[in-house]
Amino acid sequence: MTALLLRRLAQSLPTLFLVIAGSFFLIRLAPGGPFDLERPLPPAAIENLRRLYGLDAPLPVQFFRYLAGLARGDLGPSFSFRDLTVADLFARGLPVSATLGALALVLALTLGLALGSLAAFRRGGLADRFVGLVASLGLAVPNFVIAPLLQIGFGLGLAWLPVGGWGGGAPQNLVLPVITLALPHAAGIARLTRASLAEVLVQPHIRTQRAMGFSRARVARHALRGALLPVVATLGPLAAGLMTGSVVVETIFGLPGIGRYFVDGALNRDYTLVMGTVVLVAVLVLAFNLIADLIAAWLDPRMRAA
Amino acid sequence: MSASLTALARRRLARDRGAVAALIALLAITLACLIGPFLTGHAPERIYPDFVRTRPSLAAHPTPDEIRPALDRLAQRMRVTLAEMHREGGQVRLTLTASKPIDPRNLVLLPRSDLFGPATIVERSPDGQKLVVEAPVRRLHFLLGTDMLGRDLLTRCLVAGRVSLLIGLVATLVALSLGVAYGAVSGLIGGGLDALMMRVVDILYALPFVFFVIVLLVFFRAGLWLVLVAVAAVEWLDMARIVRTQTLSLKSRDFIRAAYALGSGTGAVLVRHAVPNTLGPIIAAATLLVPRVILLESFLSFLGLGVQEPATSWGVLIAEGARALEAAPWMLAAPAGFLVVTLMALNRLGDGLSDALDPRL
Repeated sequence: MTALLLRRLAQSLPTLFLVIAGSFFLIRLAPGGPFDLERPLPPAAIENLRRLYGLDAPLPVQFFRYLAGLARGDLGPSFSFRDLTVADLFARGLPVSATLGALALVLALTLGLALGSLAAFRRGGLADRFVGLVASLGLAVPNFVIAPLLQIGFGLGLAWLPVGGWGGGAPQNLVLPVITLALPHAAGIARLTRASLAEVLVQPHIRTQRAMGFSRARVARHALRGALLPVVATLGPLAAGLMTGSVVVETIFGLPGIGRYFVDGALNRDYTLVMGTVVLVAVLVLAFNLIADLIAAWLDPRMRAA
Repeated sequence: MSASLTALARRRLARDRGAVAALIALLAITLACLIGPFLTGHAPERIYPDFVRTRPSLAAHPTPDEIRPALDRLAQRMRVTLAEMHREGGQVRLTLTASKPIDPRNLVLLPRSDLFGPATIVERSPDGQKLVVEAPVRRLHFLLGTDMLGRDLLTRCLVAGRVSLLIGLVATLVALSLGVAYGAVSGLIGGGLDALMMRVVDILYALPFVFFVIVLLVFFRAGLWLVLVAVAAVEWLDMARIVRTQTLSLKSRDFIRAAYALGSGTGAVLVRHAVPNTLGPIIAAATLLVPRVILLESFLSFLGLGVQEPATSWGVLIAEGARALEAAPWMLAAPAGFLVVTLMALNRLGDGLSDALDPRL
């Protein structure tokens, strides 16, 4: 297990380096700069700013400076939020996004696993058809359609919940964004669970257990353990999807998370903020892939050798 | 793949009622997007200032209760008083009065208003201060209503559908060619190159690609072609994996060995034997890729990074609709309806195809 962990960690490092290098040069080579304001600054002022932020150095030098900063945990100053470093912005935004993401992950997994198992155990029945319909709807209705509908239904129509805003993380402010974020993934997980559980349920070892008179619950537990593997394998992409989704959700619900910082930062050519977000997201996605591998190894001993 | 296998798959698909319905729905939507805009009677960019935010309805516009307020506005602009109004059939008969002689040239405002045709003067008082005119009432249909500027939503949805479907198809084709080429080469050559190529795919898989795409679109001016390239660049990985697995299992089969034994080069074996034989799963995967591409495009357009005005896509229209949701809910419902039906149909068809093309069944 430790060997696996170390091997996967070692494999993640080159990936991370590629992400950093790729996005760094991509951003710098793009036309436009962080100091292109609507009212142009005098050239001398721009020159000074560029020197202040070290943007006058050759690109490779800037890159190594950035890497050196990263190694010290320094993400650099933000260009568009004055007097704030990227780390300051993350300290504000990350709790918002992490709360949203974690709750949405739990909701998506709970809902998806429950509906998927229900459909698989009642295969061909009414519940199966219902889940199939709901799941295909969930996959086809994008979250930027769900969000305004929820806003108008529960926010404006019934006036049960606030339409947007963070409100210091108050539970009622979280409900709609978390549902929006979780629903498409819940649909995906439900489909996946149904397919893989249906495949496991017809296998000989399950039939044997049924024949031996094991209780339904016990058979179900055995089957689920095997059926969980494909679901666990999607944890990494799922985490990436939640982060992508949070860009939309944070924009629509006006939440001060990193997804929104990222879009604003990109629009303002805030090099360090965009870089910082990409690095952060890459680390998170890699971490989730790692966790998924570890859970898979725990569920299925055959995976430990891989 | 032998002909009998293809025929078998076709027969299986034809028996799958859901997949057939999905296919019919897709054909209908595609056809509607291609020729529909010529049949709705409105140009997609045509603005009707008198019909801003009209509700969807089957009735012809102007409706009886739209005529009076519109006429009052027109009378004000003509500096006359609307003394009387009769409506008979498709005509209105108006009695206009003013304290000064009325300039008949002002009547040109009537046909300019989208509601009425050219007016004819029926009666004119000797002092010119009273005018009786007749004008035909136009009959305009806005089946799905109009948007904030007064543009016909149905026409716009159909025109937007062309862009969304085009992006879906072209980006899928690009991702498909990339993935097929990459996967086939990797699987067929095998060995160290295969390991290296798959390692690259693994690395790319782990990247938060959508963030890359956003960076790309923001920093290098967004546009239709960049969206295409960006989406294709994200989505070819699955295809490469599927094709590689297929090729690997094919490689040790007798007919591939026979081709090599007959002296075919690697390239010829690839093109003539490996690729055609992996087509089944690839077709199914590609069908499932189209909705993902369309969804990704609308996601980018929703953020304002995708297709730019005056071009439009379902994502752009949904973004507009989401902003106007309270005042005009149909502006969200119409494009979202098109998008959701298309995505559901594509997903259903893809599922049906992968069942039908599965040789194990």
